[in-house]
Amino acid sequence: MVGGRSALENANPLIYRRSGERPVTAREEDDELPDAIDDREIFDLIRSINDPEHPLTLEELNVVEQVRVKVNDAESTVSVEFTPTIPHCSMATLIGLSIKVKLLRSLPDRFKLDVHITPGTHASEHAVNKQLADKERVAAALENSHLLEVVNQCLTARS
Amino acid sequence: MPEALSLLCRVSAHPESRCWALAWSPSGTLLASCGGDRTVRIWGRDGPGWSCRAVLADGHQRTVRRVAWSPCGHYLASASFDGTTCVWKRQENDFECVSVLSAHTQDVKHVVWHPSQEVRGHRGHLGTGGQPRDTWGHTQDTQTPKGTPRDPQTPRRSHSHALLSPMSRLCHSCVPCPQLLASASYDDTVRLYREDDDDWVCCATLEGHTSTVWAVAWERSGQRLVSCSDDRTLRVWERSESGEGQGQGSGTEHSWKCVCTLSGYHGRSIYDVAWCHLTGAVATACGDDAVRVFEEVAAVAPGDAVTFSLAAHVPRAHAQDANGVAWHPREPGLLASCGDDGDIAFWHYQRPEGL
Repeated sequence: MVGGRSALENANPLIYRRSGERPVTAREEDDELPDAIDDREIFDLIRSINDPEHPLTLEELNVVEQVRVKVNDAESTVSVEFTPTIPHCSMATLIGLSIKVKLLRSLPDRFKLDVHITPGTHASEHAVNKQLADKERVAAALENSHLLEVVNQCLTARS
Repeated sequence: MPEALSLLCRVSAHPESRCWALAWSPSGTLLASCGGDRTVRIWGRDGPGWSCRAVLADGHQRTVRRVAWSPCGHYLASASFDGTTCVWKRQENDFECVSVLSAHTQDVKHVVWHPSQEVRGHRGHLGTGGQPRDTWGHTQDTQTPKGTPRDPQTPRRSHSHALLSPMSRLCHSCVPCPQLLASASYDDTVRLYREDDDDWVCCATLEGHTSTVWAVAWERSGQRLVSCSDDRTLRVWERSESGEGQGQGSGTEHSWKCVCTLSGYHGRSIYDVAWCHLTGAVATACGDDAVRVFEEVAAVAPGDAVTFSLAAHVPRAHAQDANGVAWHPREPGLLASCGDDGDIAFWHYQRPEGL
């Protein structure tokens, strides 16, 4: 729990059903054929990230959705939009950072990552987007051991 | 166009890490690099290539963001995310850390020496750019939201207060007179400062970029500078001689205007720009992995618009984001670049015919 013992900003969030397992195609089972990275694969990486406030995943809170993940394997670009549960959510930057870190750790170096707030869903959308896009700030944040610990908690699978 | 910029040599400078920035020593015999591996490395010519002469590893606990040589070339300053600035003294074949400056409370982003100041003892005049307090996670962003009323008694939190301002990146002019200091900021502006009675005052704010300004570089004359931004454009700014402030004596503000915007060339954020003082060519390092060089197109008639054209473009100059570019101070056309792949690449630039 990040926000201490104070009251939750959004005490009763709407909870959504998790998507099922990704169906594996015959092509993917053939080790001879290269598999492009697709939207669902990126979504699978981020849907189980924990919300910093609730014992729920970003998918269960509908913060991330597969339709808001865009990947172009040929051009090595990944774009993810995430939707804070409330427009004044103070955890928005931390959630965005967790998504970014998860993708940085999982994807090949060639990928350019863009993580944004879904347009119109947060009061400080521009400021949060700007911060997330600033790789110098992201790099400095990840050398801050306290902040890194908080991010790692979001990225640790709950048993 | 790739023949305009040919690769001379590539070294894995900061393996398994990123190389953030480069700096040539004033004489050009050494190149300093710094990176995410918390080290500063010194490079010298070695036959046709370049080799590492020294690794300065015992100074910083976190990423080293910038390095800067003193004008005399005997000292090197390094700025780190660990909040300190180290001053290194050049010895026979090595560098010794002679001072650790720890005035900043957060990440130090940039460091520059005063161009005309002789280093006395080991404390030269250093200007550094810091970082605002941690804005991730728990707290709201420290930036005042747009539209928030500001107490007119409170000066706007610009970086005009001091050289040691947060969020800004500094670039000293290397022009004889008058001395001007330029800083580039997360607040989307460039600011210029001049010395005034033992103090520095902000004398111009250059507005136009629509996102973070990552770097600025002066033209040799000091009459123009170029800035690069997260908005994927370059802007060339020129000091206007016919400003209304002319003839009003001292204390008049400088008048600067944007005379050229280069858009459409860069695919992502532009992290660095360097204006060659020998040839006038402008090089950029971009988040789309490319290194580009631009040349000014000579005006046909007086009063023609200032235009620059793309003279060289290496799309995959680095395997990841290109972070820094630096023209050699003595050898025309020698360019060094660095990137998130940890490499330094040395390039020979030849202005293409017909430009």
